[in-house]
Amino acid sequence: MRVKSLSLTFANGLKLFDGIDFSVDEGERVAIIGRNGAGKSTLLRAALGMIPRSKSEGEWLYGEPMHNISGRKRRRLLCQVGFIHQRHNLVPRATALTNVIHGAMVRYHPSFRVWNQALAPAHLRDEGMELLERVGLADRALNRASALSGGQSQRVAIARALMQRPKLVIADEPVASLDPVAGEEVMELFSRLVAEQNSTLIFVSHHLPHAVRYADRILGVRDGRIDLDCAADAKSIEELGNIYGDNDDDDD
Amino acid sequence: MTTTSPPTRLHSFKPINFAFGVAGLALLIASFNAIEFDIFEILEGGPRLTRLLGQMWPLNFPAVPRLLDQLWITFLMAICGTSLGIVISLPLVLFAARNLTPHPIVRFVVRTFISFCRTVPDLIWALIFVIVVGLGPIAGALAIMMDSIGFLGKFFSEASEEQDVGPQEAIKAMGGSRLDVAMSVVLPSAMPAFTSDALFAMEKAVRASVILGLVGAGGIGMELKVSMDLFQYETAAMIILLIFCLVVAVEQVSNRLRGAIIGGH
Ligand SMILES: Nc1ncnc2c1ncn2[C@@H]1O[C@H](COP(=O)(O)OP(=O)(O)OP(=O)(O)O)[C@@H](O)[C@H]1O
Ligand SMILES: [Mg+2]
Repeated sequence: MRVKSLSLTFANGLKLFDGIDFSVDEGERVAIIGRNGAGKSTLLRAALGMIPRSKSEGEWLYGEPMHNISGRKRRRLLCQVGFIHQRHNLVPRATALTNVIHGAMVRYHPSFRVWNQALAPAHLRDEGMELLERVGLADRALNRASALSGGQSQRVAIARALMQRPKLVIADEPVASLDPVAGEEVMELFSRLVAEQNSTLIFVSHHLPHAVRYADRILGVRDGRIDLDCAADAKSIEELGNIYGDNDDDDD
Repeated sequence: MTTTSPPTRLHSFKPINFAFGVAGLALLIASFNAIEFDIFEILEGGPRLTRLLGQMWPLNFPAVPRLLDQLWITFLMAICGTSLGIVISLPLVLFAARNLTPHPIVRFVVRTFISFCRTVPDLIWALIFVIVVGLGPIAGALAIMMDSIGFLGKFFSEASEEQDVGPQEAIKAMGGSRLDVAMSVVLPSAMPAFTSDALFAMEKAVRASVILGLVGAGGIGMELKVSMDLFQYETAAMIILLIFCLVVAVEQVSNRLRGAIIGGH
């Protein structure tokens, strides 16, 4: 994945990025850190060309441009990316299992689609149940997503992304709404599952020990640019903490 | 003790507003004049009204079985028309809703079509279909279908646009198509709103279907027109009573269902 000269100014005049450049190699595990509002979530969405207002010399996924391409081609590229959203973004009125099975939807030709667990073929239901079991939610398979706790819906979101069998997993604070013990557990499980699928991993975390432990490389976002780019073991946690330093007048 | 006096009463008085007020009143008076509104003439009609009411009694009970048949046809006409309307409106949402449309121009064209269905009165649709497919309930059902498309196309699209964008973005981010977004996110999320709108459309259709009979589109309305034309006021009164019962019953059932749907999600 490669992003070149990404700039973004929102409709309200807020200028968030000013020429961001970065690339992630296949098989790498990258952590992104930065203060609240630094633009981490927005950066990841913009990198997939999901923010229409962003201007850049381009985003590339597996060497293919994400900009100025047909909708169909873009969708084919996006199939390979499992995105775990900061707000989970499950379908609230659908069951946990249906939400997980949505992840498999895009693995197939557009003429074959499964939108609901009840209509899904047996092997997909099995696969969905297996993933739910691995994130510890097999007994909640038929609960609506709206009836799950924050931590539970987070796990469903993880299972949905893995159901895509993605080559690249992008996780925006994948354990933010889990308690410390479960957070550790899920992060462990998550990175193992990602490793099993040989996927590349990009994740955002506010928990520096996680960033150091589960990533090979750390990117720090600050003041609209990449302020830090180093190997995970190159800096101590104190040094990494400087990215949150208060020597700018950024709001919040 | 404060010495500040209250503001002047006419603090917002402006000559321009006064002029608008006078103009409005003049327009209203002119309107009543134009339709030759005469309160005395209306009062003179009083005795005629009591005579009519007298002629309506006793209600024509022997005709009830035959009328119920026609009422049933009217009801079925409304149900069929609404169902056709629902089946056609749902796919239109894919093009008319801002969050699903492939292109703003497509959206504009489809929305224009939907508005057109809505602005042409159902009675006119009925007249058109009576000419096209002949007298009878099929013309009525088609007229209701057009009316329902106008109503449901608008409300389904709005319900679709109101849905949370987060889950929609999630499906798009995994490479889902517009159809995927519609079927996996919008349809399940908007289902309560869709059902409630469809029930409203059905109530509206039952009320409309009664009138459609007057222009020959089948059902109880035809009976009403015939009995009025033949001065059979006992039968006409019976028909009006039956229509009243049907409309009230449909509204009650529909309210219950709506309550169950909105309470149950
Ligand atoms: N659509 C938008 N319009 C205007 N401003 C926006 C929009 N989306 C995001 N922003 C602003 O962009 C900035 C970055 O938001 P973003 O969500 O990317 O931050 P973040 O680094 O992920 O923060 P957090 O750590 O809290 O998740 C914020 O100040 C936010 O208010
Ligand atoms: Mg964020």
